[in-house]
Amino acid sequence: MDGTIPATEQMNSGAEAVLRALKAQGVDVIFGYPGGAVLPIYDAIFQQNEIRHILVRHEQAAVHAAEGYARSTGKVGCVLVTSGPGATNAVTGLVDALMDSIPLVCLTGQVPTHLIGNDAFQEADTTGITRQATKHNYLVKKSADLVGVVHEAFHVARTGRPGPVVIDLPKDILINPAPYHEPTAKVHRSYRPRTEPDTAKIKEAVALLKRARQPVVYAGGGIVNAGPEASRLLTEFVRLTGMPCTNTLMGLGTFPASDPQFLGMLGMHGTFEANLTMHGADVMLNIGARFDDRVTGRLNAFSPGSKKIHIDIDPANINKSVAVDLAIVADACNALKALIEAWKADPTPQDKEALAQWWAQIEIWRAKQSLRYTQPRDPGSVIKPQYAIEQLYKATRGRETYVTTEVGQHQMWAAQYFKFEKPNRWMTSGGLGTMGYGLPAAMGVQVAHPDALVIDIAGEASILMNIQEMSTLAQYRLPVKVFILNNHYMGMVRQWQELLHGSRYSNSYSEALPDFVKLAESFHGVGLRAETADDLDRVIHEMLATDKPVIADICVDEKENVFPMIPSGAAHNQMLLGPEHEAAGQPTVTSAGKALV
Amino acid sequence: MQDNTLRSATISVLVENEAGVLARVIGLFSGRGYNIDSLTVAPVERDGSKSRITVVTQGTEMVIEQIKAQLDRLVPVYKVLDLTEGPHLSRELALIKVLGTGEKRAEALRLADAFRARVIDATTESFTFELTGATDKLDAFLDLMRPLGLAEVSRTGVAAIARGAKTIG
Ligand SMILES: Cc1cc2nc3c(=O)[nH]c(=O)nc-3n(C[C@H](O)[C@H](O)[C@H](O)COP(=O)(O)OP(=O)(O)OC[C@H]3O[C@@H](n4cnc5c(N)ncnc54)[C@H](O)[C@@H]3O)c2cc1C
Ligand SMILES: Cc1ncc(C[n+]2csc(CCOP(=O)(O)OP(=O)(O)O)c2C)c(N)n1
Ligand SMILES: [Mg+2]
Repeated sequence: MDGTIPATEQMNSGAEAVLRALKAQGVDVIFGYPGGAVLPIYDAIFQQNEIRHILVRHEQAAVHAAEGYARSTGKVGCVLVTSGPGATNAVTGLVDALMDSIPLVCLTGQVPTHLIGNDAFQEADTTGITRQATKHNYLVKKSADLVGVVHEAFHVARTGRPGPVVIDLPKDILINPAPYHEPTAKVHRSYRPRTEPDTAKIKEAVALLKRARQPVVYAGGGIVNAGPEASRLLTEFVRLTGMPCTNTLMGLGTFPASDPQFLGMLGMHGTFEANLTMHGADVMLNIGARFDDRVTGRLNAFSPGSKKIHIDIDPANINKSVAVDLAIVADACNALKALIEAWKADPTPQDKEALAQWWAQIEIWRAKQSLRYTQPRDPGSVIKPQYAIEQLYKATRGRETYVTTEVGQHQMWAAQYFKFEKPNRWMTSGGLGTMGYGLPAAMGVQVAHPDALVIDIAGEASILMNIQEMSTLAQYRLPVKVFILNNHYMGMVRQWQELLHGSRYSNSYSEALPDFVKLAESFHGVGLRAETADDLDRVIHEMLATDKPVIADICVDEKENVFPMIPSGAAHNQMLLGPEHEAAGQPTVTSAGKALV
Repeated sequence: MQDNTLRSATISVLVENEAGVLARVIGLFSGRGYNIDSLTVAPVERDGSKSRITVVTQGTEMVIEQIKAQLDRLVPVYKVLDLTEGPHLSRELALIKVLGTGEKRAEALRLADAFRARVIDATTESFTFELTGATDKLDAFLDLMRPLGLAEVSRTGVAAIARGAKTIG
């Protein structure tokens, strides 16, 4: 805590002090689930109207909902769970938020201070369990520290590289009176993230980029974290420089998908042109992306000829897996501003001819149409999952649309075929890849944007991991649309089994599925089903016209796989293309690659 | 390309002296698979508000840079200093129990004298030495004591500080 003590006011209970601090931090909604240890907070919630509480059906869902809320608004999401099982249920969500840099504050109940360590009822060592699952965590042992900790937690969650913060609150601290003070402007003594770029390095970056003959901009989720202005500046910078731009899965929407300079997503399931552009580049500008293994493929073959510039707010993400030539620690928004200025100020002309040649090469790659597929047109034809996404995208154009996903093939098809023009519209579990993320995340998005269209693009296996949240949707009249690409398989698992394990489909068939139409109805929603391509547009139309929660069960081709694919252990120029493309020169997976995930 | 040679690094970390801070540092090392060869910690400010952790680790240059960056991003960490980047002093202290009689006992005492180890406890069949020095000096002394009845060792781990006027603050 910082040294100066601001004016304080005694509150009747710690719980009231917590709520007041939450309000001061701009919290308007809490996603939570009650229990003995947090009853004082629930009582305080009952006695006020400013903060809304959304009662989820499982604590994991509370965290994902707060993630959806946070990612779609740029605000800090807030979670409240009880001690013991409430806290342990939240852990998956916390790790998910940690991996994807989502700002959250999660309040957990704890047994009273004098019982800590006694294996008391519903006691768990929450700070111990969540230490590696959070950006930071606190156990409040003194009433005098309570409000300062809450304010600090929000500051830590939202600044620097954002992430989840846990505050463990013993019950006596919540019951006893506690002093309240407003947030102070004073920053934490030992926590000081760097946000302003080193201008000399920005100039160096511009010098490299001006002389580049084959540049590429590789932009990631850090641009979303830096706020919508960063996306605007990214777009301005890319257009100003004429360079090609690709996005990671987490970065989709930070550069408009409709822009001709956009190459699509890169990486394991990225486009042919994005990956080959990365492979052939002579200067790479990475802004807010972390050289994830889904993106780099085999490290020693990753963009071998490029000078690499990396702009990231977290120094620990620089030179972690890929050694870079120029490291700039900064907030992406500040860095982009500085880059644009420095670019305009640097008189060095660009080699326009080389850039034109580079684009000519990129267009050849693009002409390969690596995302091509064929939707059969005969009546009664099976629905191709790619087609289902494309039709969904077309039907939603022009509407204020937010998309979340579960994890698997459907997630990749959503990333490939749904186009995003703006940031904060696309919520997916990238780093942890948590099945069961999409439905609660969509719930959180819908709470934040009550009038928007919110769609969870799901798989039939993933959706069952947090299906109980249909009940929450009904209770709060949140008209989330669940669009299931039902292939009767854990398709992503099946695809890997085909590739690596001789098509032995061990435990990847979705057996004994529920009837999703009846399931929706039993949860007070609307159930729809499309069995053939003829039904698809009608079902999408009905789904979009319904003002209730909907589950649309889209029966898709069970055997379809996601292409292009860079198999584990392969390089960017060793992509597997789909059945639409000639099989020549297709790489096979090496035994080293087989050991990777 | 990447340099894969391993080096040893002695890193000083100045931290807020709050509950769980040591667990955070240790968890970071175990969670990310970094080595800990030695780790010491104690408060260093009069009011007890800050502690200094000294950790000796090994890795490639890139891994050591990672370790420093990862330590630095922990919220209660004020400062991370890689002492191995410049001239520095490292010391540890060992309490060493040697059992024996006769010629071996006399030899142990002679060597202890040569190493400036102090006898801090003695019985007719045992000595306990106190020895302060760099890690390799302690190692060398222990190697010599092994055939002479070395029975038990307690070492503090490394404390280190930069030479000259440079400070961590
Ligand atoms: C089944 C599956 C398949 C996948 N396939 C792919 C794939 O083909 N392609 C792909 O790209 N991904 C894929 N992913 C996702 C992948 O695992 C990673 O989550 C993703 O690539 C990481 O995105 P990112 O590099 O943009 O970083 P993020 O995880 O979004 O991290 C953001 C980075 O920006 C930094 N940052 C944060 N805030 C700021 C700020 N204000 N200013 C500057 N920097 C900031 C952070 O420190 C961090 O380094 C897949 C995931 C799954 C589950
Ligand atoms: C919680 C969790 N458990 C296991 C996995 C591993 N996994 C990744 S994708 C997948 C299958 C997903 O199946 P489905 O939801 O039907 O999506 P599809 O791939 O068929 O589109 C599994 C089991 C995971 N990502 N998350
Ligand atoms: Mg499936």
